[in-house]
Order: sequence, then C-alpha cells, then structure tokens
Amino acid sequence: MQLNDFLKHTSEWLKGTGPNSDIVISSRIRLARNLDKLPFPHWANNKQALQAMNTVIDGVSRVNYLKGSTVFKLAGMDAVDKQLLVERHLMSLEHAQKTENKALIVDSEEIVAIMVNEEDHLRMQVMQSGFNLHEAWSIINGIDDSISKELNYAYLPDWGYLTACPTNTGTGIRGSVMLHLPALVMTRQIDRVLAAISKLSFTTRGLYGEGTQATGNFFQISNQVSLGHSEEEIIENINGIIRQIIDQENQAREVMVSRNRAILEDRINRSLGILKSARIISSQETTELLSMVRLGADLGMLKDIDRRRLNELFITTQPAHLQKLENKKLSTEDRDLKRAELIRSRLNL
Amino acid sequence: MICNLCGKNPATVHLTEIIDEQMSELHLCEECARKKSAAMEQQFGLSDLLAGMAKDETVAKDEENVTVKCPNCGLTYADFKKIGRLGCGECYNVFKKYLAPLLKRIHGSTQHTGKAPLKGAKISKKRADIQDLRARLQKAVESEAYEEAARLRDQIKQLENKKGANAAE
Repeated sequence: MQLNDFLKHTSEWLKGTGPNSDIVISSRIRLARNLDKLPFPHWANNKQALQAMNTVIDGVSRVNYLKGSTVFKLAGMDAVDKQLLVERHLMSLEHAQKTENKALIVDSEEIVAIMVNEEDHLRMQVMQSGFNLHEAWSIINGIDDSISKELNYAYLPDWGYLTACPTNTGTGIRGSVMLHLPALVMTRQIDRVLAAISKLSFTTRGLYGEGTQATGNFFQISNQVSLGHSEEEIIENINGIIRQIIDQENQAREVMVSRNRAILEDRINRSLGILKSARIISSQETTELLSMVRLGADLGMLKDIDRRRLNELFITTQPAHLQKLENKKLSTEDRDLKRAELIRSRLNL
Repeated sequence: MICNLCGKNPATVHLTEIIDEQMSELHLCEECARKKSAAMEQQFGLSDLLAGMAKDETVAKDEENVTVKCPNCGLTYADFKKIGRLGCGECYNVFKKYLAPLLKRIHGSTQHTGKAPLKGAKISKKRADIQDLRARLQKAVESEAYEEAARLRDQIKQLENKKGANAAE
C-alpha cells in the first residue's frame, strides 16, 4: 500500500458504526513489548537500534495475519507524509520526531498498526469503531500471540512484559476510548467528570494522545495501571467507567433538549450554516463546528447528515490530509481556503 | 502582539520551544499559557514520582544504588533516576529491589496476573503454574480467604524449590 492509498478509503475506526457510536468514536488497545537482550530504543546505539528494527520487521513479516501489511521506514520520510500518519492515528507525534531507525507497520484495513522503536521496541495497536474494546482486545491478543512465537519478548513471570517506562510494566496494555461529550461540556459538568476519572487512575487526553489538548469536545480516556490485573480485568474496569460517562452525557443531552431546545437547535444549525458557506476556516474552528453538527445528527435535529461523512471530515480537513489531497505544500492561509472549499463540497450535496 | 494559539487575546507570555533541534517561539495570552503549562506538567508526572522515591528511606540509605550497573546495557540506577526509563529487560533483574517499591507505588501491585508469551510458556510449564498459583494467592488475600492463601503459598514454595523453576532468564 502507498501513502496516497490512505486517502482513498476510510479508516475502520472512523466508520461511525459499532456500539454507542453516537457518543463513542473509537476504541483502541495498545500493547507495549520489547525484545529481550537488546537495549530499549532510547538507550540503544545506532547499530543496536537498527538491529532491533530489522529483527521486529522480520519477525512480524512471518505472522500470517500481517502478511499484506506495509512497512514504512520513517527516516528521510517527508514531513507531510509523517503528519498524515499521525492525523490518521496510526502513530504518535513522538514517533514522527527523531526518525532514525524507526518504522511503522500498518495492515491494509488500518486496523492494526505497529510502531517499531518508539518508546518500546514494539507498540502495537488495534482500533475499532464505536465502544468495542473487547473486539479490539481479541484481535490484538491473537496478533501478540503470533508475534510472540517469532520474537523473544523481554518478560518476567512476576512482572510480566518489561517496558522502558515502569508505568507500562506488566500487561503493557493501554485501553483508550475516544468520546464525544458536547453536552457535558456545554452544561459545564465536564470538569467534575474528568476530576472523578483521574481519582480512579484513569487519564484524559486530547484527540492526538499524550500531551495534546482536548478540542471540539473530544476526550480520550485510558487506564493508567498495567500491573496486578489481567488484561480482561483492566478492560472491564475501563468499560465500567465509560458506561457511566455515556450515561452522564445522555442525561445532559436530554436535559438540554428538554430545557433549551431552541437555543441548541439554533447553535447546531448555525454551525452547519457556517460550515456550508465559509470561505476561510481554521482546523480548530472546523473541529468545533463539526462537533456541533455531529451532535445535531445524533439528536435527530439534522436529517440527511451521514455520520461517516462527518467523521471523514474531522480527518480530511487536517493540515497533512489537505496537502496530500491537493498534492502540494500549502501555507496556513492556503489551507484555510482549501479546507473551507472541501467542507462546502462535502456538505452541500 | 496577538496570542499564537487562540488568535484572540494579546500575548503576554513568550516561550522558546526546541523540538527536533528546531527552535520556535511562541507568544501566548495568559489563558493559553496556563493551558500549555498544565499539559507540560502532566508529562513530568513520572520524574516527580521518581524524585519522591529518592526520598524513600530504604532506598536512599542504600548506597549501592549509585554504583550498581546493568551488565547487559550499562545503565546505572542513577541513570534511571535521571531519565525515568530502564535500559533493557535485564535492568529489571539487576535493579529488582529498587524497582519493586516503585512498581508497587505506580500500580498498587508487584504481581503480574496477565498473559505470557507463547514461546516462554512452552519452555516452562512449571513457571506458568507458579504464575497461576500466585494470581490465585493474590485473589485469596484480597478476599481475606487466609486458609486458602496459606495453602497456595505452600504450594508455590514447593514448586519454586524444584530446581530451575524460578530462574529469571
């Protein structure tokens, strides 16, 4: 698969299907794994890092499930191309920086992505649309089993999978659920909810993972503890928290609809109006307005809005995607023009 | 000057960021600066934790932690405290006694009860049995089933005393 092929299809996690997909955008499980003997990426010299990368790529290539996948070596890759992979949530921002001896392995459906030599030798993830951690776990668990037959993982019976950072030791698992919580934000309850989550050892991040801000009412919730509980227990704990947040968001939506219907309809329709007619628009404004339109579609206030088309716009209006679609580098000003044009063409059908 | 992030308020805070050897200047309003610094503080969570560990008496009194070095990758415990990352899988064996309280503090546990690599499990069924027993032991202790716990503990000891079962490879 070539990078440009990504533009032709929708990632699995963006399909807008799956359980609770009115509130849950996607579910992701990642596992951190390392090779035994070889130093972890941050501590390895050039030769060791190269050896680790080649060992991982070689081992993974023998796994049946990943036969059709593509290996991207990141060194020397164009900055826009790297950003495209970040925007599609296939790799972290960190992985796009200092790219020597780093690689990314992606399967053709964009369900599985393996970062090679990020913080750990392997960071593998599976993403699913909607609230579906169990399905993501069942896929990644099988892949991990297969890879563990090909590579020698760093592992101790007492402490589980050994990772560069002790915060990931044990199962090496992080389950993350991306939520769209406009009603909790608008009713000013979100801070209370997020504070409660952090007390229970869960973290909240923005759209693009570690170190990013929550924008457009999107929040990513994940577990922090990775040792002492089995993978299934950890996933069940996240599910329990997410179910509660979904309930709270649904209640807040009901309250808003029953008490402030006119104001809400006004805001949603104005948002759609701006998106349909703007000539210059920033990516932040786009995300915020799309969030409102999505809410309108979820509440049935806007008819004939396809959720999948909306989800696609969240990604295709990002800077690297715009530049790949136009097939040239664009300045911020040019991007704001092209972005408005793209949105108009997709929403005025 | 207008804030680079929100593009609305006047910029009163001026930051220099160096990412990937590229220097960039950021001019922010107070509100955006506060948000940005909150995000940065979150990233420093682990070093705070490690700094807190240094104050732990049992660790601080032990001078060995300054000189002990991983024979496989050359990382010292002092390196680990500075960068917050281990050097290789072997480090976990070398620094075991210092890492155990740290793992306990981070995760509230020092006993893995999740899955194991298929290759490793094939090598030692005994090891898998011990792991299974340990997981049951922890559950028994949590549910205050002490008789069951004592029985499991004896079983684990018995298995561990069989040669080679507890070798950390």
